[in-house]
Amino acid sequence: MCKCNCENSDLTLLEDVLNKYASVKGSLITILQKAQDIYGYLPVDVMYHIAAAVGTTPAEVMGVATFYTQFRLQPVGKYLIMLCQGTACHVDGSERIETAICEHLGIKDGETTQDGLFTLKNVACLGCCSLSPVMMINGETYGSLTPDKAISVLEELRKESTE
Amino acid sequence: MRIVIGEGSCGIAAGAHKVYEAIEKLGIKPDVTGCIGMCFLEPIVDIYGENGELVRRLVRVTAGDAEKIVTAVKNGELSLLDSITISADDSAFLEKQTRIALRNCGVIDPTDIDAYISRGGYSALGKVLKMTPEQVIDEIKISGLAGRGGAGFPTWFKWNAARQSVSDTKYLICNADEGDPGAFMDRAVIESDPHNLIEGMLIGAYAIGAKEAVVYVRAEYPLAIVRLEEAIRQAEEKGYLGENILGSGFSCHMRIKAGAGAFVCGEETALIESLEGKRGMPRLKPPFPAQRGYNDEPSNINNVETFANVAWIINNGGEAFAAMGTENSKGTKVFALTGKIRRGGLVEVPMGMTIRDIIYDIGGGIRGDRECKAVQLGGPSGGCIPSDKFDTLIDYKELAATGAIMGSGGMVVMDDTTCMVGMAKFFLDFTAKESCGKCVHCRIGTKRLLEILDRITKGEGKDGDIELLEELCVAVKDGALCGLGQTAPNPVLSTIRYFRDEYEAHINEKRCPTCECADLVTYYIEAEKCKGCTLCSKKCPVSAISGDVKQPHIIDMDKCIKCGQCKSVCRFDAVFVR
Repeated sequence: MCKCNCENSDLTLLEDVLNKYASVKGSLITILQKAQDIYGYLPVDVMYHIAAAVGTTPAEVMGVATFYTQFRLQPVGKYLIMLCQGTACHVDGSERIETAICEHLGIKDGETTQDGLFTLKNVACLGCCSLSPVMMINGETYGSLTPDKAISVLEELRKESTE
Repeated sequence: MRIVIGEGSCGIAAGAHKVYEAIEKLGIKPDVTGCIGMCFLEPIVDIYGENGELVRRLVRVTAGDAEKIVTAVKNGELSLLDSITISADDSAFLEKQTRIALRNCGVIDPTDIDAYISRGGYSALGKVLKMTPEQVIDEIKISGLAGRGGAGFPTWFKWNAARQSVSDTKYLICNADEGDPGAFMDRAVIESDPHNLIEGMLIGAYAIGAKEAVVYVRAEYPLAIVRLEEAIRQAEEKGYLGENILGSGFSCHMRIKAGAGAFVCGEETALIESLEGKRGMPRLKPPFPAQRGYNDEPSNINNVETFANVAWIINNGGEAFAAMGTENSKGTKVFALTGKIRRGGLVEVPMGMTIRDIIYDIGGGIRGDRECKAVQLGGPSGGCIPSDKFDTLIDYKELAATGAIMGSGGMVVMDDTTCMVGMAKFFLDFTAKESCGKCVHCRIGTKRLLEILDRITKGEGKDGDIELLEELCVAVKDGALCGLGQTAPNPVLSTIRYFRDEYEAHINEKRCPTCECADLVTYYIEAEKCKGCTLCSKKCPVSAISGDVKQPHIIDMDKCIKCGQCKSVCRFDAVFVR
């Protein structure tokens, strides 16, 4: 981990969270979740700060942060595409949706487009199995997808963001 | 008349809240309920008469229907709504079910504790507080309730073990980390009837002597967390939760812990590690959580659906529960019926029903004109049951004998277009990624299994691969530390057992019988059928299709990436795969 503080995150934003949870045993995951809500991801300097506040090592914090899929170590695009790869979606052809999105945006799972607009993330199951295949973008669910439909949703969003 | 809209996650995803807003704008404020379970018909709007009886169920409602609905309700002319009313055929979906865990789902407003109380809610708690903890455990023993998370361990046994452990501090934990892809039973219960879960947990806490209860919920279920938080607050206000509950001297506090996305945390010791803020890696058992669990204190962990049955058992007696089901499996089981099924959704059936009854009588059979091939039970820990074994009963022992498991309730139906080798690979890909890495058998074993399966689906399978898979499967099952690794090979073993011919076709003939494995198929255009409309060549992402207007087109095999776009857009069925 880099220790040069190159990210320069505003650590004061985290004060309330740390005041509330730092001394409560077993709260590391909760603190990381709140930190991610604040910064959009987990910057390295923030993790160092949390480690010091909780009284553990940065390695311990990094270990937890990398164990759970919810935590991101990189910023995400304006639109986070969560493409469901659950069993029902798989049976209904989610792989073809993924291929179409990847082709269209020129990114792979976990990557962000160069303009910072879209990030693609495969997720295990969104629990909307009867609408399969499904993707969720910034909290909005799009169901019964076809490759064409998925791409037109992305194009709508792109248009929306430039307006 | 009262308008009620089903706003579970599925309903909202299908647009239920837009319908709500549209109706509200027209001057009638609708009520909200949770998941009705008929996901295939969402969004659903129910109209209740003056005496609280359901008079109309409207299905696949859009915001555009709002005006019609409001007019019909205001003027009492429900016939206006005939075109969006549920068909008699689809109504069969609910009629064949027996709802205990889901008894209030889609009926009451989950955000209103009084709605739960008016249906007899919290009366079981009142009853229990007048019993001894031993009597409560006895009642659960009579009921035969077993863990609904999948393993089917007798609930009374776990409660009793935690009861027997001596300590000032004990914990009751609810496992709501529903990670099995294709399953959403627990989410539906929490979103639609959170007080039923709270009451069940309180009874469990009283039985084992715990003053603190924690619900570990998947972070991917934001709505469930919000509704449960609200329900806990309401229960505290009414004195059902907190200090000196209902004046009995028994105290119990409850809180929610949001998971952070790790399938292995569904395993109880991994869940405990995660609760303690650590990486969710399983512990070696013994000591069992009942002896030393969360914060090294005696802890009892049950699944959401298990708790959802408890209040009903206390109110109706353990014998009434045990009267349903088979010799080995009592009560009911909730399944999330999905995949290539006509009517998918949440299904609660008495134990002892056949798989065939669930798929055909409740689910309405297969979508389209295809053949049903198999059903997958238990997700990544389970197995497939082929269609010729559909008379198997829903029973822990009977299902285990087929090589599948009861599981937590995921039931994914597959038709003849699903490649079973691909299916095994899909699950191994999942478990290999979700393996926590603590033990070698799981970490390396699942990876190697995945590599072999990957090779087979790419047409690079070798003689002896099936035997190698089988040998490795047994080694992983025997050697893995926790339930994840011990069951991870099940999808492979069960597909080999029932669909060995598909494995052999991939390995020996380099052919995928369902044409699903992209590396083993070729796309071609039948010249006689092609009208030369050029649509496929326009849609092809790699410009592999050429041909003049009104002339048959040709696919360049060297360029083709086998994405299937041409086949899906062709209006003349001229594109074939082999």
